Amino acid sequence: MALTREQLAQRVAQEFHDGYYVNLGIGIPTLAANYVPEGVEVMLQSENGLLGMGPFPLEEEVDADLINAGKQTVTMARGASIFSSADSFAMIRGGHVDLTVLGAFEVDCQGNIASYMIPGKLIKGMGGAMDLVAGAENIIVTMTHASKHGESKLLGECTLPLTGKGCIRRVLTDLALLDIEDGAFILRERAPGVSVEEIVNLTAGKLVVPDKVPEMTFQ
Amino acid sequence: MSGFDKVVGSYAEALAGLEDNMTVIAGGFGLCGIPENLIAEIRRRGTTGLTVVSNNCGTDKYGLGVLLVDKQIRKMVASYVGENPLFEAQMMSGELEVELTPQGTLAEKMRAGGAGIPAFYTATGYGTPVGEGKEVREFNGRHYILEEAIQGDFAIAKAWKADRYGNLMFRRTARNFNPMAITAGRVAVVEVEEIVEVGALDPDEIHLPGIYVDRLIQGTFEKNIEQRTVRSA
Repeated sequence: MALTREQLAQRVAQEFHDGYYVNLGIGIPTLAANYVPEGVEVMLQSENGLLGMGPFPLEEEVDADLINAGKQTVTMARGASIFSSADSFAMIRGGHVDLTVLGAFEVDCQGNIASYMIPGKLIKGMGGAMDLVAGAENIIVTMTHASKHGESKLLGECTLPLTGKGCIRRVLTDLALLDIEDGAFILRERAPGVSVEEIVNLTAGKLVVPDKVPEMTFQ
Repeated sequence: MSGFDKVVGSYAEALAGLEDNMTVIAGGFGLCGIPENLIAEIRRRGTTGLTVVSNNCGTDKYGLGVLLVDKQIRKMVASYVGENPLFEAQMMSGELEVELTPQGTLAEKMRAGGAGIPAFYTATGYGTPVGEGKEVREFNGRHYILEEAIQGDFAIAKAWKADRYGNLMFRRTARNFNPMAITAGRVAVVEVEEIVEVGALDPDEIHLPGIYVDRLIQGTFEKNIEQRTVRSA
């Protein structure tokens, strides 16, 4: 079975290490904040200028001056700090954020990512995504493995305009966890009940399948 | 105004000298920390042909979006312009030129513009449409593109508290682009929720020194929220 949104978020959260500063993109990445493993402390960075993002506010706590990068009202966690957008992106480009998780339309086996623009459709802008993929050492891209029509999103070469070039080394899809090394996807884990063959069929880019590909485990 | 006192008496005075076809840099992120009343004053003045530099262009009802109603903006430099049907319509018809700029690059362009740095190299956008036509250099095995600083004829911004000398404090994430926007304006106009006497702010707690501020005015703010998200107790 393909992973649910919640399982994707849970698997992302397994990559959280104690003491990590983490930037989570909108959507499934944000959900991962609900599954921080026990005994692990992470601090969430919101690129509009908040380190130490807390949960959504109670109704009476809502503060128009306190939002996240998705423009949602939020709270501050204990030990939070506030800074300007220039400082925020100095943190990001300077490689100070330990883990970045974001979504994409396409990823290819050269580590390229396309996530912000579909030509001919409405262009909304890249926001902070180009800075995030250019600045972070440790990035996880979360996406569905294939489109609704069964077309692979893990390609030999991205077809859409790029958000970043050669910067992605790990992809988590609803079917598999893959690393990108030396111009190929390496199949590391598969979703429970999903066969290697199924993943091979839905991966258009070069794929290396190790002898053992364990199933993901969830608590 | 006298000496270091930056306080002006009206919004009309705050934006005196703003003319058609000028470049305006605006602070704010979404609707958070936006100079609401200065935007309203630009609308009232009817200034047109503006190039506006800001992370977003508001919504169809609030923020910089209100300057689209009478087509006062000719060009928008921003990182994200979604959630605004009026913006989409004018962009699609070609009436509104749009230069999409990555968020961190936009912040740094403003910062550099205010700090006397004409351009800088960044890895952001290399190998993407943003990097097309820009100088590329390699440092320590990585590729970087040359991005130029931005300055504005005017900067409009919002802070929380100021003293009469224009020393500023911001509040929560309403800080965002405001400090850099102010430094990059040849005429920097700031509106705040409260103006206190000089000496009332602790110098250690001032986020932006008054040297960057030319005109200061106290206003009242609606502070609209784009995505009101709450949890239950």
